[in-house]
Amino acid sequence: MNKHTIAITVENRPGVLTRVTTLIRRRGYNIDSLAVGATDDPTVSRMTVVVEGDDAIIEQVTKQLYKLIDVIKVVDLTKEHLVARELVLIKVKADHSVRPDIVQIVDIFRARIVDIGRTSLIVEATGDQRKIDALEDAFRPFGILELVRTGKVAMIRGAGEDNRRK
Amino acid sequence: MTGAQALVRSLEDEGVDILFGLPGGVVLPVFDQLYDSSIRTVLVRHEQGAIHAAEGYARATGKVGTCIVTSGPGATNIVTGMADAYMDSTPLVVITGQVATNMIGTDAFQEADITGITLPVAKHSFLLKDARNLPEVVAEAFHIARTGRAGPVLIDMPVDVSRQEMNYEGLGQVRLPGYKPTLKGHKRQIEAAARAILAAKRPLVYAGGGVISAGASKELAQLARENLIPVTHSLMGKGCFPETDKLSLGMLGMHGTRYANYSVCETDLLLAVGARFSDRVTGKLSEFAPHAAVVHIDIDPAEIGKNVRVDIPIVGDCRLVLKELNEILASLRGNKSSPRRDWTAQVEEWKRKFPMGYELEGKLKPQYVVERIYYLTKGKATICTEVGQNQMWAAQYYLYKEPRSFISSGGLGTMGYGFPAAIGAKLACPEKTVFDIAGDGSIQMNIQELGTAMQYKIPVIICILNNQYLGMVRQWQELFHEGRYSYTDMSHQPDFVKLAEAYGAVGMRVNRTEDVRGALQEAMQITDRPVIIDFWVEREAGVYPMVPPGESILNMLGGDLDE
Repeated sequence: MNKHTIAITVENRPGVLTRVTTLIRRRGYNIDSLAVGATDDPTVSRMTVVVEGDDAIIEQVTKQLYKLIDVIKVVDLTKEHLVARELVLIKVKADHSVRPDIVQIVDIFRARIVDIGRTSLIVEATGDQRKIDALEDAFRPFGILELVRTGKVAMIRGAGEDNRRK
Repeated sequence: MTGAQALVRSLEDEGVDILFGLPGGVVLPVFDQLYDSSIRTVLVRHEQGAIHAAEGYARATGKVGTCIVTSGPGATNIVTGMADAYMDSTPLVVITGQVATNMIGTDAFQEADITGITLPVAKHSFLLKDARNLPEVVAEAFHIARTGRAGPVLIDMPVDVSRQEMNYEGLGQVRLPGYKPTLKGHKRQIEAAARAILAAKRPLVYAGGGVISAGASKELAQLARENLIPVTHSLMGKGCFPETDKLSLGMLGMHGTRYANYSVCETDLLLAVGARFSDRVTGKLSEFAPHAAVVHIDIDPAEIGKNVRVDIPIVGDCRLVLKELNEILASLRGNKSSPRRDWTAQVEEWKRKFPMGYELEGKLKPQYVVERIYYLTKGKATICTEVGQNQMWAAQYYLYKEPRSFISSGGLGTMGYGFPAAIGAKLACPEKTVFDIAGDGSIQMNIQELGTAMQYKIPVIICILNNQYLGMVRQWQELFHEGRYSYTDMSHQPDFVKLAEAYGAVGMRVNRTEDVRGALQEAMQITDRPVIIDFWVEREAGVYPMVPPGESILNMLGGDLDE
């Protein structure tokens, strides 16, 4: 099963997030990740959902989403040229003997250390999914105390699609 | 004025004439305004009765049905009706009271998260937080309910919003940038459909509830007659094309006629209009209409291609699409007529060889009762049904000629729907004779509405096809569970005649075939109260033909007089 990245532009009305997720859940589709936030237009929000499914399923998901009154536009970004990013915060076990190694990994991934403790560090990184996966793998041997990812947001490169309301 | 006043005013401005409801704490301010409103409010005995009555009203008229109930249990009691209206695309606006905005989420008395609970079964919902939004919300609610693919819309109204002061200046603007139903079909697609129709050797129309919602019966009849295309319909499509017409094949699917199902299996062009390929219609999908190219006309783009591969999809209002299709066909056809004699002859032969029928001898047969109703009313009644065998016999043995004359819960199959729906239908169309064809199981589910019918002098005729079983379930147990009638024996039932009389209604009992006519005629004379006719019918009568679940619609049981 393929993963599709879908950008949904919605009216910023209370409950719209619940409506979208309830619809996706009710129809039995699997949500991999979901990120939602405001856009430059305060009445409009943008959701980026990663859903598992083949083309036929995604077509149905899209059509069902359009039935929601608050949904303005649905775009399957999967096959487009994208800029896709995700943010991760990782709390890594870091006593002073391994600290230089960790700092080196942080530099290689162009990540940043945003918190220093006596025995741990919090690393912040943004990047596409593969970079974040690789960073996670790199830190695993040291011991990951806590990890949180935002889920993917994405945008089509160049002039491409304009997801704002017309 | 207050929010409550504004709500009632906006309902009046929307043209609401009948409102079904049951008051309670948090809707007291609104009911106080209804006390002297021009809107006729009908007090029911169970909120489920209110919402099914609103559905019956909407099905009978095409207008938006409305009901108002209180918070908590009042609101949760309308959930079944919302799910029902959602499945059958019935336009409703349902107003539920809610606890005060500062109490929401505190488990207050009679609080229920009804907007959350109905999320999957509402076309849309509104939780009013500020009375100043009311005019816009009401306008939008009605607009959403009645346009595009119709459906139920919920307005959740907290009691403090009802008391909030605001200025009412008439109905609000509808501002819904994310909602733009497509009404006009794509011209090139319609042309492609026209060419496919003219080239087809064995075309067939499969018409559903959408034809009735769109008011497209005339256009459909024109399409069928001018191009000599036989017409079959789903349960929800009953009445969209007169079943007395030579071209009508009756209903298709699980309990459809043999000739309709054979036609589907042989057709080379299936014209689906306002229908959704329900599993009750298709049986085994991979064997449904195996030789046919499919044209699908529907207002909901999500239905097209959902169950069945579609060759020519046309999104649009089916009345507008059929109108344009007829025009294009007329110009393409010119003076030629291709009578397709082989196909019409084949269809006629199937109709002759496999008519609907049953054994009249012996105990009173439920099918006979339905037939008598048809003959005595000349097919001009409004027939509401409950769910199960009673529903199927009502669909099979009465020939529906007009849209909105058959009112039944199709998609959800809600037992207890018929009686309150009949109340709604009778109030909507008082000049019609309205029947509720019921089973002994279903009728007990909303029997308390006898109180409503008595209070408002509503003369609906309830015909209980009483076999003392949960009939359809028993039939399945007979066919698929070796006759183990597990929890379907309902011989412990009230004396329905006495029950009717306890409410002040008329009760009659019939157990002989020769008494059916007289009882029905007597019932039809009563004009000021409901009538229950308790027909004691053959206990193990079955609904045939029947396509076993999940099988090809060619594999029908029964309905073959040679067997």
